Amino acid sequence: MTDFGISRFGAYIPRLRLERAAIAAAHGWMAPGLKGQARGSRAFTSWDEDAITMGVEAARDALGGSDVAWVKAVRLASTSLPYADLQNAAIVARAIGAATGVATSDAAGSQRAGTSALLQALKGRETTMVIGSDNPIGKPASVQEISFGAGAAAFVVSDRDVVARLVGSATLSNVFVDHFRSADATSDYGWEERWVRDEGYAKIVPGAVKAALADAQLAIGDIQHFVMPSYLKGAADAVAKKLKFEGSVASGLEDGVGYAGAAHALLMLAATLEKAQPGERILLVGFGQGADVLIFQATDAIVAARPVRGVAGSIADALPTDSYMRMLSFAGGIEAEWGMRSEKSGKTALTEQYRSADQMEGFNAGRCGSCDTVQFPQLQYCVRCHAPSEQFSNVPLRDEQAEVLTSTADWLTYHPSPPLWVGFVRFDSGARMLMEMVDIGKQGIDTGAKLRMVYRIKEKDRQRGYNRYFWKSTPLSAV
Amino acid sequence: MATGIKDKVAILGMGCSKFGERWDAGSPELMKEAFEEALADAGIERKQIEAAWFGCWGDGINVGNSSIPAAMALRLEGIPVSRVENMCATGTEALRGATYAVASGAVDIALAIGAEKLKDTGFGGLPPPFKGTFNDLWMPMGSAPAGFAQLAPYYRSKYGTSKEDLKRAISHVSWKSHQNGVHSPKAHFQKAVSMETIMSAPMISDPLGLFDCSGVSDGSACAIVTTPEIARALGKKDLVTIKALQLATSSGRETQTNDWDGSYVATTRVAAARAYQEAGITDPKTQVSLSEVHDCFSITELVTMEDLGFSDDGRAVFDILDGRYDRDGAMPCQIDGGLKCFGHPIGASGLRMAYEVYNQLLGRAGERQLSNTTIGMTHNLGGVPYQGIAAISVLGLV
Repeated sequence: MTDFGISRFGAYIPRLRLERAAIAAAHGWMAPGLKGQARGSRAFTSWDEDAITMGVEAARDALGGSDVAWVKAVRLASTSLPYADLQNAAIVARAIGAATGVATSDAAGSQRAGTSALLQALKGRETTMVIGSDNPIGKPASVQEISFGAGAAAFVVSDRDVVARLVGSATLSNVFVDHFRSADATSDYGWEERWVRDEGYAKIVPGAVKAALADAQLAIGDIQHFVMPSYLKGAADAVAKKLKFEGSVASGLEDGVGYAGAAHALLMLAATLEKAQPGERILLVGFGQGADVLIFQATDAIVAARPVRGVAGSIADALPTDSYMRMLSFAGGIEAEWGMRSEKSGKTALTEQYRSADQMEGFNAGRCGSCDTVQFPQLQYCVRCHAPSEQFSNVPLRDEQAEVLTSTADWLTYHPSPPLWVGFVRFDSGARMLMEMVDIGKQGIDTGAKLRMVYRIKEKDRQRGYNRYFWKSTPLSAV
Repeated sequence: MATGIKDKVAILGMGCSKFGERWDAGSPELMKEAFEEALADAGIERKQIEAAWFGCWGDGINVGNSSIPAAMALRLEGIPVSRVENMCATGTEALRGATYAVASGAVDIALAIGAEKLKDTGFGGLPPPFKGTFNDLWMPMGSAPAGFAQLAPYYRSKYGTSKEDLKRAISHVSWKSHQNGVHSPKAHFQKAVSMETIMSAPMISDPLGLFDCSGVSDGSACAIVTTPEIARALGKKDLVTIKALQLATSSGRETQTNDWDGSYVATTRVAAARAYQEAGITDPKTQVSLSEVHDCFSITELVTMEDLGFSDDGRAVFDILDGRYDRDGAMPCQIDGGLKCFGHPIGASGLRMAYEVYNQLLGRAGERQLSNTTIGMTHNLGGVPYQGIAAISVLGLV
C-alpha cells in the first residue's frame, strides 16, 4: 500500500486584532459580565475578507510556492460561505491557480464540516486541497462575539512526501442541538452551556475517541497530542481528563485568534503539526451533530514540512486595532452613514468577468513575446513594442514580491475601511500597476516598502449581494 | 505634408457664464448665458452657425448624453451637433472639433460650447466616474486628489525637495490664484486667502489640503470660430487666431511600465512639444505672455510649469516662490483665478481658459488686464497624471 496522508499544510488568520477588553468595554453598560471574558485579543476579518479569501491565503501558505498542478480536488469547509448558490470552492481553486480539471466542492452546515472534509479526502486516493475557513459572527454583546475569531487552515492530502498519515478514525452522527443557525440568520441560537458540556462533549466525544482508537489499534496512552476545538472554555481539558489522557492538550488558540467555527479543528491541527515530532500521534476531534475523530502519526518528513507562515506565524503577524465599532462595522453590525459617494453602483459585468477570468482570477500578467515586457492588465497589444497579445505568455503576479513606488491615503473616496491606501506597485518581474494596499497600520507605508499579494474582495455589490474578488497588496508583515 | 492649424482659424466671439454654485440655473440656462455673450461678441445671428460641438463630461449626473441637450437649449435648428467627452480635456476637445471643421473648409462658422452642472449631485466634490466593465474588475477606485497627490513623493525624491518646501510652493500656487480671483467677477471664488490658512487647511489627500483642490462648479463657456478672412469681412479688426491645438492621450505606458518616474505628466510634455512646433514657438519662457493651466490641484500646476517648459526641471518650486507666475511676474498664470478660483465645471473649463486668454489678448480683461500680451496658452488635463489626456491650445494675435 502506498503511503497516503497529509503532505503539506498552512494557515491564515486575519491580521486585524482587537483586545477583548475593548469589546467588553463597549458593552459594559448592558452586559457588565462580559468583563470576565475579556482576556487577550481576537482576530477579525477586514471588510474585504471572508471564507473565500481566507481560504485562498491558507491554501497558498500550504502550497508554499510549490506547483499547484498536482492538486486534483479542492474542498472548502465553512459555515460562513459567502454564497449559497455559487460554488465558493471553485472561486478558491481559480485563485490558487488550480487547473480547470480540478474537482471542487463546498462542505458546510456544521462545526464538523472541516474534519469531515479532511477525513473524506484522506479516505480517498486523490490529491486534494482541504480547506477549513470560517468567520462566525456573534451578536453584539454575546459571549460568541467576544470569544469567536476567524481564520483558515489548509491541507494537501496526497501520496507524496507524507508528513502525517491517518492511522485510525471514527465518526458518530446524532442530532444533539447545542446551537443552530437557520439558513437566513447571521448568528447562532444556543442552549445552556452546562448541558452542552456535560451531555454533549463529555458523553459524545469519548465514545467516538474509543471507536477511533480501536480502529487504529491504539490505546489513549499512545497519543501525544489531543486536539479538540470547542467554543466552551475548558471543554477539551474536561474530555481529556475523562479519557485519562496524559499528553499535551492542544491550545484552543483563544489569544490572537478566537474560535473560528468549522475551521477551528483544522487550525488547531495545523498548529499541532507545526510542533509535532516524528512518530508522535495526534488525535483530532471535530464536534457537531456527533463527532469525527481522526488519529494521525507524524512521519520523519514532518520536520522539514513546516509552512512558511502557518498558525504560529499568522498569530505573530498581528495588526492591533482599537475600535470595537470598526469590527462591528466590518461584521455588518451597523449601518453607518457612508455618504452619497457610496451610492455608486457596484454591479459586476459577469460577461466581462468571465472573459477576463484568466487574468483576474490567477493574477496573470503577460510577458510580451517580442520585447519581454511584463504587463498587467494584458490588453490587445504590448504597452511598449505594440506586438499583438497573441505573443504573450502568462506571468502570475500573485506569488511575486513587489514594492511600493508611491502611495497615498485617500480619505475622500468611498471606502468601507477609510482611508483607501492606493498607489503604484512595482513587481520583481518589472510589471507595474496601480493597486490597493491593505492592512496598513497607523504609520502608513513608505516608498520602497516590500509587498506581497493577497486575494480580497475588490468590491461589494450591496444592492445585489455579489462580491467581486481581486488581488491587493499588503506589507510583508504587519507593521 | 500636414501643415497644422496655425492661423487657419480665428475666434469670432466668446462667452462665459458666471461660474459657481449656480443653484439658480440648470445646464440650459448656463449654456444660454455663454452663448448669448458669444453671439453678441461675434456679431452674428444663431442661424449663421453651421455646425456645433458640445462638450460635457458627466452625462449621467447632469446634462444628459448626446448632443441633443445643447441643440435643444440653444435651439440649434437642423445643423450637425456633436457631443464630445474627454474627461477634463472636454472643453478643449469641443474647441478642437469646431476649429478643425472650419479649417477643413467644411463649414464657415462653427460653435464650440462646454457645460457642466456639477452641483445637482447633492454632495461636494466629483461623483466617482465609471471606469468601464474591465477596469472595474481590478483598478482601485481612488478619488481625483489621490491620483494627483501621488505626483508629490515622486517629485520630491527626484529633486530632493523637502516636504516643507513643496508644501510652501503648492500653497503659493493656490494663494496666487486666490489673489487673482478677487478681480474676476465671473469666478466662483473671489476672495483672497492667506498663506497661513492655505497651509493649515484640513488634509484631503496628503500633501493636498482643502485649498490645494480646485472648486467644483457649475458653468458654461463658448467659442464661435471662423476663418480669418470671414472674421475680417464681418468687421473684426484685432484677430485672435488659433496657433496650435494639440492633444495627447495615455496609451498605458506610464501605468504599466517603469519608463515613467512619476514626477511629471508625460502627456503634457508630448502635447506641448507638438503645440510649440505647430505654433512656431521655440522658447516658451520668453514667447508665451500668459497661461491658463489645469490647476485641478496645486501640485498639478507646479509640475505643469515644468512640463510646458516654463520652468526648468526641478526649478518650479523656486520659480513659483519667486513669484514668476504671479500677476506681476514674468509669466502670469491663472490670471482669472484658474480652476482653483474661477471654478471647474469640467466640460466648460478648456473653453473658459481660452475665454480669458482671448480677452487678455484683445485687451478686454478689465481689472485683470496684463500688458503686452501676444501669445497665450491653455492647458487641460483629463484623467490622472499617470493615465490621462493633455490638451493644449496656443492663441495669439495675428
